[in-house]
Amino acid sequence: MARYILKRLLQSIPLLLGIVTVTFFMIRLAPGDPMGMYLEPQRQRQVDPEVIELIRKRYGLDQPIHVQYVRWIANVVRGDFGESFRHRRPVNRLLAEAIPYTLQLTVLVLLFDALFGIALGIISAVKQYSALDKTVTLSSLIIYAIPGFWLALMLVLVFSVQVNWFPTSQTRSMDYDFLSSGGKVLDRLWHLVLPVFVMGVASAAGTARYMRNRLLEVLNEEYVVAARARGFPERTVIVKHAVRNALIPIVTIYGLSLPFLLGGATIIESIFAWPGMGRLTVEAVGGRDYPIIMATTMMAATLTVLGNLLADVALTVVDPRVSLEGKPRAP
Amino acid sequence: MVPGVGHLVLGRRQLGVHLLVYTLIVLGVLGWRWGRFAHAFTTTAVDQWVAALFLVASLVGAVGFSVWDVRRIARRPARPHEGKSPMRIAMRRFRANALAVASVYVILLLYLVAILAPLLAPHDPATIEHVLETRYLAPSWAHLMGTDEFGRDLLSRAIYGARISLSIGLLAMLVAKLIGTTYGAIAGYAGGWVDNVMMRAVDVVIAFPTFYLMLMLVGVFEANILVLVLILGLTAWPGTARFIRGEFLSLKEQEFIESARGIGLPPYRIILKHLIPSALSPVLVSAAFSVAGMIGAEAGLSFLGLGIRPPTPSWGNMVSAGQDALLVAWWVAFFPGALLAAVLISFSLLADGLRDALDPKALMRRYV
Amino acid sequence: MLLQVRDLAAYFFLDEGVLKAVDGLSFDVDAGETVALVGESGCGKTIVALSLLGVVPAPGRVVGGSVRFDGVDVVRASPAELRRVRGAGIGIVFQEPGAALNPVHTVGRQIADVVQLHRGLSRREADAEAVRLLGEMEIPEPEKRAKAYPHELSGGMRQRATIAIAVSARPRLLIADEPTTALDVTIQREILELLAHLQQDFGMSLLIITHDIGVVEEMARRVMVMYAGKLVEVGEAERVFREPKHPYTQGLLRSVPRLGSGRKAPLEGIPGVVPDLLALPPGCSFHPRCPLGDASCTFEFPPLESVAGRLCACYKVHDVVTI
Repeated sequence: MARYILKRLLQSIPLLLGIVTVTFFMIRLAPGDPMGMYLEPQRQRQVDPEVIELIRKRYGLDQPIHVQYVRWIANVVRGDFGESFRHRRPVNRLLAEAIPYTLQLTVLVLLFDALFGIALGIISAVKQYSALDKTVTLSSLIIYAIPGFWLALMLVLVFSVQVNWFPTSQTRSMDYDFLSSGGKVLDRLWHLVLPVFVMGVASAAGTARYMRNRLLEVLNEEYVVAARARGFPERTVIVKHAVRNALIPIVTIYGLSLPFLLGGATIIESIFAWPGMGRLTVEAVGGRDYPIIMATTMMAATLTVLGNLLADVALTVVDPRVSLEGKPRAP
Repeated sequence: MVPGVGHLVLGRRQLGVHLLVYTLIVLGVLGWRWGRFAHAFTTTAVDQWVAALFLVASLVGAVGFSVWDVRRIARRPARPHEGKSPMRIAMRRFRANALAVASVYVILLLYLVAILAPLLAPHDPATIEHVLETRYLAPSWAHLMGTDEFGRDLLSRAIYGARISLSIGLLAMLVAKLIGTTYGAIAGYAGGWVDNVMMRAVDVVIAFPTFYLMLMLVGVFEANILVLVLILGLTAWPGTARFIRGEFLSLKEQEFIESARGIGLPPYRIILKHLIPSALSPVLVSAAFSVAGMIGAEAGLSFLGLGIRPPTPSWGNMVSAGQDALLVAWWVAFFPGALLAAVLISFSLLADGLRDALDPKALMRRYV
Repeated sequence: MLLQVRDLAAYFFLDEGVLKAVDGLSFDVDAGETVALVGESGCGKTIVALSLLGVVPAPGRVVGGSVRFDGVDVVRASPAELRRVRGAGIGIVFQEPGAALNPVHTVGRQIADVVQLHRGLSRREADAEAVRLLGEMEIPEPEKRAKAYPHELSGGMRQRATIAIAVSARPRLLIADEPTTALDVTIQREILELLAHLQQDFGMSLLIITHDIGVVEEMARRVMVMYAGKLVEVGEAERVFREPKHPYTQGLLRSVPRLGSGRKAPLEGIPGVVPDLLALPPGCSFHPRCPLGDASCTFEFPPLESVAGRLCACYKVHDVVTI
């Protein structure tokens, strides 16, 4: 297993290289001087030309492009993403600060999704065509299709503005520091409710639909009919045979949500002023803060590749038909 | 001559009703907005011409088709026996899905409104006057959706916003499908190392989460409408590319291609005749989902202030403006978002309906 | 009388219409006897089997008739009663050996589960019994095989495993639905012999469902010929095959090469195609393809009458001359 993972990681290197390269050249494509990487374009005009030359030399921008490229890769491998314009701090520091906040949200969202999405999907598949099933199917479609930011705002409108049950934004209240430690925890949780709910509900809707379709397929498989024909009680047939099989691809889906886990949700974080990775990225894009943009994009892409690996490995664990090589084990 | 009546007389009720209703709608709009319609031809604004000409052209088209089709039907003695071709079965299944059919109407209606925006919008979406008196007015008969912070009528802005959001969505999807299909076709047809290299490139693009890729591109390039369409299209093409390539590859394996080649059919004939029927349905379904995705993405980007920027109205940036006013004027955020939700839901229902209708359901056969 | 089926009807309610898979079947199975149900693919044979156990999958269901087994009417039984009949009363072997096995559980576990369910053994005892059963099915190295997953076994072994599951609860009736169709010819023989052995050892009745006349001749004492959801000829196999009375049976026999028939009779197919069960011809479903069919066959499906020592459903049975 460990060898397989190592092998896959090595195989991913060309892909990762491609990602880094694309990001590098993407920024170079930006209209304007690549100096924009290191010094905000607006400010360049204010600065003395000699200073600009110095900076150019310092960051090696006067070197030919392939040298710059190699340097860039060397930096990336070392984890040095440069310095953010607007914050004037190393990008890695900013990332390190943002990630925990994002994790608070995303972990809870995934739990919410797993709990409600899978359960509802199972129930509506088992009771197909019932009123519950139709409600779940239709409402999950609607919730899934509704733009997240609008849903968030509407919920904020109802639950925060009209009825002051939940705070409108931020991770903690203004009087946080004066609360007891128990109070602090509660305050944090209180602030988490709305963002987690918005993302969780949309996510669960998708999962429920997928789970339902999947389970319906499995319920028609011959081994389910066979299990019933062998006298097993209906509950055993459903849980031990149908659901067990239906869950298999779901596991891979969770593996693929790795980028979400660490990358966060750009829009929701922006709405709730949540200081996570998503909001960091959005602000960086708005402010043309290239170092951050590059760092977060590369991170997201890399996490996708790793997520794929995770999903594949998870699949081999859960499904005995799939061997590590991806080929079915020989009979 | 009157569109629809002929069909109704001949018993083709569905077609007849549709034609008739559409004609009535067009005539209604013409009557209600005659002034603007006439005025449109005197301006240089392209969108006004487009709206007016569309109205005229569709009316002419309806009349023309009506006449032609009625004559065609009258000539044939009886209706040919309804075969069970896959297309027919799919159409019937689709029509049985009430929600899907309703969504089609909703979508067509919204697009119609978008095209006719200059004629339909009650007020000018851009004029700002007497701000202090007109800002943040609640919904009323004068302003069905209320006014925004600058006193602009929200309904009119929403109508114009529809044009932006809906057309971007459609165009971006077309761009993505076009690029994807071409790319996938080349890769699949060429095979060998060309295919290999092309697919590695696809892997790299796919590795970037879609929204992040869009963010990065938007961060790098200035986003006007054209650029935005391109960016949205450029992030979505890999999926189609992979699929089309797969179809090509499996097609190449199949034996009847060999025999077709043996007879000497040129490659493009092979492509047209064999690839298209099998690839059509999944691509169609994915296109429907894709439009929804594109509209949503544009809305998201505009909401974040990174897409279409004010004062050009886009549903996304309208909702964003509403966020600041949530306490005092909930309607500013509510209505554009509701329209957005309606469109997205409709496209999702449509795509679902298409998928169910085109799905070769042979589940029960094997048991018998 | 172990099994008594009367007027069994099972329909599928599809978008396109009502598919009458089984339409008024009546037959009996005695203790210890082997009966074959013969028909082409698509005539509803499998649904008969599923109906006997009450496991017809949606959108189908049993709409009428009765299935009396061991004092219970399966069609009207409670879930608890059904659970007792399934597996312990009636066992079933499915056509696709791989499909009836859950791909994510080991073969041994699947057998052991059934043993635990119906015979109340502990987990460890059940596991041991599973290995023993696999051995009885003439599977070499049963301990190793018990730990294997279905996809790791060959078709023949999978079928043996399925049979092991089916007999593990010592049912009084074993239904074998096309048990050999998906297997190689050499394996087919072995499986049939295994089934015959098991029947003798356990004293079971055997209901074999097949489209292969050879299998019927090999295994069954009585045969029932089915067409488009109904029975058309029922009787002792020897008698029916020597002198078929129903035109469909005659057609079937003519279309199969028979060793030892002695004559160089040409192989003939039956003209036409099996009717779509959604749109059956009126009256006798076979009449469009029948050399003797005429207008009098179009009103009602002919009832089974006793003719020449067997039952036959044909208006022309008295005019029929055996070719």
